[in-house]
Amino acid sequence: MPLIEVKNLKKTYYTDDLEIPVLRGLSFSIETGEFVAVMGPSGSGKSTLLHILGFLDRHTSGDYFFDGKTFDDYGMSEIARVRNEKMGFVFQAFNLLGRSSVLENVKLPLLYSRIPEAEWNGIAEGAIQAVGLMHRKDQEASRLSGGEKQRAAIARALVTNPQIIFADEPTGNLDSKSGELVMETIRKLNEEENKTVVLITHETYTARHAERILHILDGKIESDEKVEHRHVPNKFFK
Amino acid sequence: MIKFKHSLKTAVSGLKTHKSRSLLTILGIVIGITAIILVMSIGSGAQNLILNQIQGLGSKTIAVVPGREPTGPSDVSQLMSDSLKEKDFEALKRKENVPTLGEVMPIVFGGESGSYGSETYRLTIFGASDLISKIFDLVPEEGAFFSENEVRSRADVAVIGSKVKEELFGESEALGEKIKIKGKNFRVIGILPKKGQVSFFNFDEIAIVPYTTAQQDIFGIKFFHRFIAEADSEEHLSETVRDITITLRNSHGITDPSKDDFFVETPADLASRLNVITSILTLLLVSIAAISLVVGGIGIMNIMLVSVTERTREIGLRKSLGATERDILVQFLLEAIILTAIGGIIGIVLGALFSFGVSVILTRVLAMSWEFVFPIYAAVLGLSVSGAIGLVFGIYPARQASRKSPIEALRYE
Repeated sequence: MPLIEVKNLKKTYYTDDLEIPVLRGLSFSIETGEFVAVMGPSGSGKSTLLHILGFLDRHTSGDYFFDGKTFDDYGMSEIARVRNEKMGFVFQAFNLLGRSSVLENVKLPLLYSRIPEAEWNGIAEGAIQAVGLMHRKDQEASRLSGGEKQRAAIARALVTNPQIIFADEPTGNLDSKSGELVMETIRKLNEEENKTVVLITHETYTARHAERILHILDGKIESDEKVEHRHVPNKFFK
Repeated sequence: MIKFKHSLKTAVSGLKTHKSRSLLTILGIVIGITAIILVMSIGSGAQNLILNQIQGLGSKTIAVVPGREPTGPSDVSQLMSDSLKEKDFEALKRKENVPTLGEVMPIVFGGESGSYGSETYRLTIFGASDLISKIFDLVPEEGAFFSENEVRSRADVAVIGSKVKEELFGESEALGEKIKIKGKNFRVIGILPKKGQVSFFNFDEIAIVPYTTAQQDIFGIKFFHRFIAEADSEEHLSETVRDITITLRNSHGITDPSKDDFFVETPADLASRLNVITSILTLLLVSIAAISLVVGGIGIMNIMLVSVTERTREIGLRKSLGATERDILVQFLLEAIILTAIGGIIGIVLGALFSFGVSVILTRVLAMSWEFVFPIYAAVLGLSVSGAIGLVFGIYPARQASRKSPIEALRYE
């Protein structure tokens, strides 16, 4: 069973007298452990797709199964738990709590989890270690550099050990060097910890970290292809 | 779902992020609670003061007042009616009429000026019998009270209060000197110690003369303003009241109790009546203060709404990380409740401080025998009311927060 299965997925926004179709019938599936990049120009509906996949938004018609179940199968309170335990989110704008420390930020999802409090610090530090930010653990998040912020956000996405990581333009606000480091971190999670990754990007060189690229144009899948020449990680960052 | 302890931590850190705003927000609550505590504390202080003064009368003491019990402002004139006469006094003194009577004394009183040499002072004339010393527990500092004989013979003697002595005589000797009241000379035979306000009379500004003299020579009346009686024991108080009432009705030929031209009053009656008055006043003032609490509550709601809008992204983020609607609701509700509770605590402390200040002013500056009272129930009330305000005015913003769609929230710039 694929982790994500989408069948003829449609999303239409309604305004007073306008219907704006954003997704016009997508079908694809993603297996556990895959690293998929969703590419497309702005306005192509790729962010909307990610929000639907992350149960942050609801689709208008068609079917979406996550781990074999639909939004309605889960129900509202279960959805919160799925987001907490099975999904990790990385946003373009980082969305850290600026006045809190890196550690506090990374611990945030644990507050809403069933994990006993005694383990929180250990787990959070493990995640911070994994993104190489231990030396910044007690810094206020607002004082980190952009790349560090995004890696802190990745640590936060990791902390409940989710099955899948949704990354929405994670390098969009970063310079190429920091962006590269963030992509390395995400890639390592995919390769070493077998996390499924869905990456939204409009940059080809970022997308080439993935194994598979879904091109979206005007709310439809234009192409779905394996990456022939995957981006080779730069030795410098290792 | 998030544990309560962490909701609390989250709420507190949310408030800490906006310290000065949080402080300004609770100002309304602080002022409201301060006012309520102040009013309640002063109200209980006043009640205690009145009760103490009434207890100063002695719990066996009974006052017979002419006229009907006032039922409204138009009845006030009845208070000065002339229904208590010499024959009533004689009737009350007869053992077979009121067997449990200890003592009875008629009194007349009124304001009059007294002079000595070139000094003049407006004093209160108090015409009483020799029993005044016993009933009011008054012992002259110098000299002595007049005797039964002097009352009978309408002697022109006076026992004066400390203030009267000071105003008319200054440092010089007063005992044996004569003061002039209504053109008649009264020999000063006693001087009272400084006593301050006791039982609504300021004994320092008084001149006590035999009631016979006061009736004839000063006021020119043939009736009494009061009878002050005492039961022979506290247990007999109600019997005594009953017998006095019956005796006076017989003496006045009254058969219908509603036509009584006098009323009999015990300290307990007086206390409960005054208690009702102070309670009503306190309640009134507390209600006025409560209005400022409502205003404060609206302030809280306003700021919470701003805060919810400002933190839209944070709400979206928390939802995407697994917070349920209830988690968000609880977080914002707790912020509101913590805010108002802190406001309540500050208000309670300030209210206590202010009312303590008032009590210091009243005792030190105005020389009243005022006691500082801090009613615990007021503190409990203040805290629960402020918490409730947080709940009531916080629920709307908190619901707004909890209902934000995560996606709208994350998109918010």
